[in-house]
Amino acid sequence: MKVDRRSFLAFILGGAAGTALSPLPWKVTDDISIWSQNWPWIPVPPKGEISRVRSACTLCPGGCGISVKKVDERVIKIEGLEGHPINDGGLCPLGNSAAQLLYGPSRIQTPLKKVNGRWQKIAWQDAITELAAQLRQLRADGSAHTVGWVAGSDRGTVPELFNRFLNVYGSPNFWRMPSIWDSYELSIYLMQGTRSMAGFDIANADFVLSFGSGLIEGWGSPGYMFRAKSELREAGGRMDQIEPRLSKTAAKADHWISINPGTEGALALGLAHVIIKEQRYNRNFVNGYSTGLAERFQRVIDGFPPEIASKMTGISAGTILTLARDFAAARRPLAICGRGQGLLPGSLQTFLAVHTLNALVGNINQPGGVWAVPEPDYIQWPEPEIDAVAARGLQQPRIDGAGTDRYPNARYLLHRLPEVINASAESPLQVLFIADANPTYSLPDTAAVEKAFEKIPTVVSFSSYMDETSALADMVLPNHTFLERYQDVAGATGFPKPIISLAQPAVEPRYNTRHVGDVVIQLAKELGHTIGAAFEWDDYDSCLEETLGDRWDGLIENGYWVDEAFSGAQWADAFETDSAKFEFTNNDISTLAAYEPVKAEGDEAGYPLLLVPYDSMRLNGDGQPGAPPFMIKALEDTILQGNDVLVEINPASAKQLGLSEGRFATLATPKGSAQVKIRLTQGIMPGVIAIPRGLGHTADNRFLAGKGVNYNQLSGPIDDPASGHNAAWGIRAKLS
Amino acid sequence: MTTEEQANAATVKDQHATAPPPETAPAAKADDSGAGGPIILFFILGLAASLIVGWVVFPKVLYSQKKQPIEFNHVLHNELVEDGCESCHFFREDGSYSGVPTLDQCIECHEEVNGEDPEEARFVNEFVANNREVPWLIYSRQPQNVFFSHAAHVKMGEMDCVTCHGHIGESESLPIYKQNRISGYSIDIWGRNISGIKRNSWDRMKMDDCADCHRQEGVNQNSVQTLRGGCFVCHH
Repeated sequence: MKVDRRSFLAFILGGAAGTALSPLPWKVTDDISIWSQNWPWIPVPPKGEISRVRSACTLCPGGCGISVKKVDERVIKIEGLEGHPINDGGLCPLGNSAAQLLYGPSRIQTPLKKVNGRWQKIAWQDAITELAAQLRQLRADGSAHTVGWVAGSDRGTVPELFNRFLNVYGSPNFWRMPSIWDSYELSIYLMQGTRSMAGFDIANADFVLSFGSGLIEGWGSPGYMFRAKSELREAGGRMDQIEPRLSKTAAKADHWISINPGTEGALALGLAHVIIKEQRYNRNFVNGYSTGLAERFQRVIDGFPPEIASKMTGISAGTILTLARDFAAARRPLAICGRGQGLLPGSLQTFLAVHTLNALVGNINQPGGVWAVPEPDYIQWPEPEIDAVAARGLQQPRIDGAGTDRYPNARYLLHRLPEVINASAESPLQVLFIADANPTYSLPDTAAVEKAFEKIPTVVSFSSYMDETSALADMVLPNHTFLERYQDVAGATGFPKPIISLAQPAVEPRYNTRHVGDVVIQLAKELGHTIGAAFEWDDYDSCLEETLGDRWDGLIENGYWVDEAFSGAQWADAFETDSAKFEFTNNDISTLAAYEPVKAEGDEAGYPLLLVPYDSMRLNGDGQPGAPPFMIKALEDTILQGNDVLVEINPASAKQLGLSEGRFATLATPKGSAQVKIRLTQGIMPGVIAIPRGLGHTADNRFLAGKGVNYNQLSGPIDDPASGHNAAWGIRAKLS
Repeated sequence: MTTEEQANAATVKDQHATAPPPETAPAAKADDSGAGGPIILFFILGLAASLIVGWVVFPKVLYSQKKQPIEFNHVLHNELVEDGCESCHFFREDGSYSGVPTLDQCIECHEEVNGEDPEEARFVNEFVANNREVPWLIYSRQPQNVFFSHAAHVKMGEMDCVTCHGHIGESESLPIYKQNRISGYSIDIWGRNISGIKRNSWDRMKMDDCADCHRQEGVNQNSVQTLRGGCFVCHH
């Protein structure tokens, strides 16, 4: 039989007919449509049981309560905890996107040690043994004081464990990361005699006068400030914002008063001058519960009549008069200070001037006022035995000069550390531990900080991430993230009541990480002797449970403990100064260097502009931890376009310099330079330019690195003559 | 040849040899008078081969066969538990459906080996001891773009499990899981019958089956959430 073309065609036709009569084409079409509607390579979250864990956020000292939503053992969402006294269901973008910090790719998965510049894995026990040997040798050499510890906060059991360790080991060199709370605490200490945190009853005030504080940009506890600001506005309260740039807070305020940067103190003194001269102060408070007003007026305030203050601040004398009268006439006026998110401590005299305003209107420890909130006192551990070596070490002066004759009032001056180290032939610090902080990123003058940290023989980072500090460290002992561990959060920045929140693990640790509290306890036990004896707990969790005592069960159940009835001490009992009154001035205050606006670094001829940083709720200015991808994606394109940061400049200044919108320019300061894109805006004073804080990360993080510029790279610190804290608010700059 | 003729040819395929030749045949004959027979033969050969491929080979090739990770006897378990199906397949407090039990549920009874069944021993050693979830293959898993709520059907609609899942609860062993190589879903969605014929309500779980039942039962034809009809009842 001949198989020719026709037979073949017949075969094909028969095949086509048979195929059409079989289920094949119809079934394949159906299956392909299902396949194409459900691409198998698109990740689909597995279903499971939904549960929630009541916990607390430890990413900043704001103390917000969180509700961690899980599907089975997977965290899928973090929300503010309903009914929590601080944030009542609200939460900032950083807390909201923290699940990305748990699952993100920049986690450090195991302890690491740098050998010849390369990271090598090391077993936990080996790391602890090695560190203990080094620490033992330093003690034997009489160099116990060359060990230092940097922590994000100094409240709560974890920082207390660090402190206790240094204490029994023999070093006075503990640091908390710098912030405006250094200046606030010191102001309250100098004028009221108590070591307290500053709390602000913003919700019950009726006029908030903010000297540049970013109430809705992360100042204080963001969860509380957002809520309190809304309550203030809903109740018809007034809010005035004083700063050279139209921030989000300024945009939401009743009045935005543009001021020459760095002269806020002069304005506060000018306002005080009007209030005193016109006798608009609260007589009951000033006459009955304070001393030194006349002396302070004579020594300081008298030098700032409205005309002088106007000249310094650039605000008209008329505005100063009206503002002072309105402030004094309000029923519950409240003045607050500390710029943006409050990351730079600022000038102590400015804080004293603003606190003076509050005292003049008598709103200390009053509804709608500023409250001295006692630090929580639940940490009552037995006094440890200090051996002779430790006692000798503790007598050594602090490396940063805090508490010495030069800066008697300051407790921590971390920004001075790089300068001290770089000026010494051999690093005065031999070992530096860093926990819950990223100083290499967030201290001013990045180049100097890096140089100093590289000079320290052993830097140990407890970060869970390969951030800028870990990258520079010699050893990384990764902590659990806050979603994997227990930790108490004592107090909350700017919140007016004593509160303790408890972070509880939502999931089992994902990697070979260890609670930093456990590492301290194990390191102490390894060192043995009086050091081990001071840490009798088996582990951190039992230490925490024992420390919290009766409060433990309630904290586990509710997630927080708050002294609801607290409303600040009565004036008669509130002040622990020598006079037992509020002291507008006293020996300590009068010996401080006088107020003078802090000048920005750099010469005016070479650097005609003033560069100031600004903060955004969608950026984490202190870089610990860096912003998760969610926040970066949510950034406005007025802040970041692609990888380019925008510098804000007034059109008038831009015209003078021949710069136009969207053009690239080189931004140079005495500390460094960077490429930026020009953004013209009327929302900034002529002559002043601004870039955001929280960008320009360099560490190994593909979602964050290389985006924008780190402001700290371009800026430097300025020692405040009154306190020693970093008083810088900006730096001179040029654009070309 | 038209489709109609193809259909005719198929329905009377046994009589093809004697049936009148298709229209193409005379044309062929005109060219080559001896080729009419072979052409029909080749047509029939092609037809037969493709029918065999379509009806017999294709269904076998389309599905890969997978065994469940562990053998399971529903009858045996049903005798031991108190609440019937609900003992292991229950509604959670929030109204969501637990579906296939998790390891935690199994561990309540199987923390250690209880019986003599080697499968149970294997289960305890491989999964319980290693705290590893059993990767059960789920016969009734609907495609990802389908929203399905057990609560709406069982609690509100008062349907029983058998209507959709058949008598799996009375099985002593688990059927082989046949996975569609194209779509990735189980054969039980289309139905084990390749022609899509169903005898029981649980034989097939395609979109039309959902729609038929919704119509029959007079279910609200609009989505509660979007108030839109048609697709949006199940596809969000």
